[in-house]
Amino acid sequence: MRSRRDWSRASLGQRLAAAAGLVFLHAPVWVIVLYAFTTEDRTYQFPPPGLTLHWFEVAFARSDMWAAMRLSLLVALAATALALVLGTLAAFALARREFAGKESITLLFVLPIALPGIITGLALLAGMRTIGLEPGFWTIVAGHATFCLVIVYNNVVARLRRMPASWVEASMDLGADGFQTFRYVLLPQVASALLAGGMLAFALSFDEIIVTLFTAGHQQTLPIWFYGELFRPRERPITNVVAVVVILVTLVPILLAYYLTRTDEKGDT
Amino acid sequence: MLRPVATFLHGRNAFYVSLLLLPPLLWLGTVYLASLFALLTQSFYAIDEFTARIVPEFTLKTYGQLFTQPANVDIVLRTVFMAIAVTAAAAVVAFPLANYMARHAGPKMKALCYVGVMLPMWTSYLVKVYAWRLILAKQGIASWAMTSLGLGGALDTLLATPVVGGPSLASSYIGMFIVFVYMWLPFMILPLAAALERVPGSLLQASADLGARPGQTFRNVVLPLALPGLAAGSVFTFSLTLGDYIIPSVVGAPGYFIGMMVYQQQGTAGNMPLAAAFSVVPIVLIAVYLALAKRLGAFDAL
Amino acid sequence: MTHAIELEDVSRAFGAVLALDHVSLGILPGEFFALLGPSGSGKTTCLRLIAGFDHPDSGRVLLDGEEVTDVPPYDRNLNTVFQDYALFPHMTVAENVAYGLRVRGVAAAEQRRRAAGMLDLVRLGSYGDRRPAQLSGGQRQRVALARALINQPKVLLLDEPLGALDLKLREEMQVELKSLQQRLGITFVFVTHDQGEALSMADRVAVFSHGRIEQLDTPRGLYTRPRTAFVANFVGSANVVAAQAAERLTGRRESFAIRPELIDLLADDAVPAAGLIWCSGKLEDILYHGASSRCHVRLDAGTVLAVARPESGSASHVPPRGSSVRIAWRPESMVLLESG
Repeated sequence: MRSRRDWSRASLGQRLAAAAGLVFLHAPVWVIVLYAFTTEDRTYQFPPPGLTLHWFEVAFARSDMWAAMRLSLLVALAATALALVLGTLAAFALARREFAGKESITLLFVLPIALPGIITGLALLAGMRTIGLEPGFWTIVAGHATFCLVIVYNNVVARLRRMPASWVEASMDLGADGFQTFRYVLLPQVASALLAGGMLAFALSFDEIIVTLFTAGHQQTLPIWFYGELFRPRERPITNVVAVVVILVTLVPILLAYYLTRTDEKGDT
Repeated sequence: MLRPVATFLHGRNAFYVSLLLLPPLLWLGTVYLASLFALLTQSFYAIDEFTARIVPEFTLKTYGQLFTQPANVDIVLRTVFMAIAVTAAAAVVAFPLANYMARHAGPKMKALCYVGVMLPMWTSYLVKVYAWRLILAKQGIASWAMTSLGLGGALDTLLATPVVGGPSLASSYIGMFIVFVYMWLPFMILPLAAALERVPGSLLQASADLGARPGQTFRNVVLPLALPGLAAGSVFTFSLTLGDYIIPSVVGAPGYFIGMMVYQQQGTAGNMPLAAAFSVVPIVLIAVYLALAKRLGAFDAL
Repeated sequence: MTHAIELEDVSRAFGAVLALDHVSLGILPGEFFALLGPSGSGKTTCLRLIAGFDHPDSGRVLLDGEEVTDVPPYDRNLNTVFQDYALFPHMTVAENVAYGLRVRGVAAAEQRRRAAGMLDLVRLGSYGDRRPAQLSGGQRQRVALARALINQPKVLLLDEPLGALDLKLREEMQVELKSLQQRLGITFVFVTHDQGEALSMADRVAVFSHGRIEQLDTPRGLYTRPRTAFVANFVGSANVVAAQAAERLTGRRESFAIRPELIDLLADDAVPAAGLIWCSGKLEDILYHGASSRCHVRLDAGTVLAVARPESGSASHVPPRGSSVRIAWRPESMVLLESG
């Protein structure tokens, strides 16, 4: 907790520099949103000659875009479900117990996200080729679930570590066995962490391109579709429209997850 | 009903933990570790020049190819230099914002800043890359802004610089550099802000009390204590740049980077062993960097 | 009479640390029993073994004569009030109190009725719908009590129940707990590091040190007849005189303890009454404590003894610091200590 005067006023220069940093971070995203409404479709001319909603119509008429969106949603749902189960199991196992090899196991869980995506992607491809597995829906899901696992794990573990051990003991003392304790005491507590972790995992999976390019084969998730469109000179603003849609679809879960974790921390007695 | 099971598990802690860990470990073991192992194995195979097929025999030929062909060495060096440059630049750019967030922002402002950093961080990667392509394009915002500010001539000179320049920002190393810095900036800001926040205000007051000017306090007190945060952030920027293959292909000069090479070799060139060998390079470099960063205390700052 | 709780030769180690070292004790039904000791002495470990949150490395735990060493906590007929109260924040006060009934499958209406009754017992009848976060520390403790008693256990365990309360509240709760126990007639076992608390509430106290029970006795017995130097120093304050110094004073080479209030401070030229043991020394320090003063007297032999002088009307004149004085005490006031 910061006391009232823990922080000092920054100089004007410092504040400007900080603001500049924030603007730098946000400007490109807003540029995309702006370009989604431009009337010019051949170049990236700035300022845009005019504003229109025309491209939204055209974009939503593209059936391949919808197919890609549908695939991305299904993949994200499946990967998130898997990640929730596996990540939660891991979190409960590792939250409080100390045992030999715990550090190595934790490292193993972090590895898929710690190593660059290209290595994960190539490794999965190599693995698939070795056992002769054809890329498809489930290979995409498998790849996503592997690193989404860590997101859920982090969220649940953080929540479990903030929970006093006495709660579990009190529950058992009052007559509840392990399963009842989980149902009445633990589950309500980690529910918000599960939700937050699940939403972050969903956003991560929906947006994923680097590993997916290796595991998708001929399938097109929305990011893959988008990547293909990047180099198409015609109908350029359509890509902008889809970009805006993607921003919205991923933004909502992220914000929700953030608020969930914040209220969690505040609500602890 | 389930009570006998619960009681059975109650005393047997090790068994219970193993039961919980079995599914995730099994998953990671088969899907991930086995794949990594397959990758490593591939790097020790080689392509038969005549049949263009992978010969599954242990050989160091592919690694030899990697380290002896000048084109390949170029690729590695180019990527490493870019990674180092990006890391340094990101540290400098991130500092003012991180410092403000940690030391000078009131509680509400601080929360706002954190959201302000996290939102772009979680915005779609491709969208961001694409946005920069628009901005850096020949008639895009960047050139419009420069000409409006009367810096059109400066931009042209910049683009005329050998090696790093190019026909437009969007197809030059400078452009690529800017995009890299932008993409990984939040990953540098957050650990840095966390580390700076942990510097007790009393230390700065003590330094001033003993006669140090703000610059000296910064150099002697703040910077050394912020180092773990810097190290942690640099791990991200370094490893992310090292392995990226999309940014160099969307924005930048024709020169190849490790990531692009890997992607191309496993795809159109069908040379999985070479792709695997190339991908081992970042793994080794990152492992070394991690060891270094650990020394600097990066892991305590994460 | 069968003991309500019995520990037979129980040991528990955590890594290299021996928390309990072959401890045996028996607690009688209906007793208000205290486990007293400094932190790390093993008293909390002892309580946790009784409750079932931990398992001894060797030895047996018995409740009502039956062995429960391997029985999980939810199958033992006792309940615990935790040091941090451990109230579930996602449930209301009434839901917390009714928890023990809920997990046993008691009907909802019955749960509500009995929980309300329990809350009335601890005088929190109208607080049922609040959340634990909205209550004060003292109120939370009473909720924890109500919750622990709803299953009508034969034994109630309390882990440092009064530690988090301020002084006034603590004294009130001491009286309340004692009367509650007498009303319910069940066995209370509580852990504390506060010897004043243990002395005022308990029927019998077990004093722990380094994983062993130094003495198990009534409060009065502990205070007037401490068996070891540790007990003499921990329960109240005492002057502990080592064997060698004792020889010069009493003629016998035996270590003893004597309470400061049992020593009289006399003027330098005063003649002690017959039968008293006396010696001379210098008044080194006087610490005023309001109701009494603590005088540190350095004897000619070298030992420093503390003397407690009541600050009541007649005995108000205290010699100045540095003056020579005499101290005297009755031989029966000395308590011989066991070595070690």
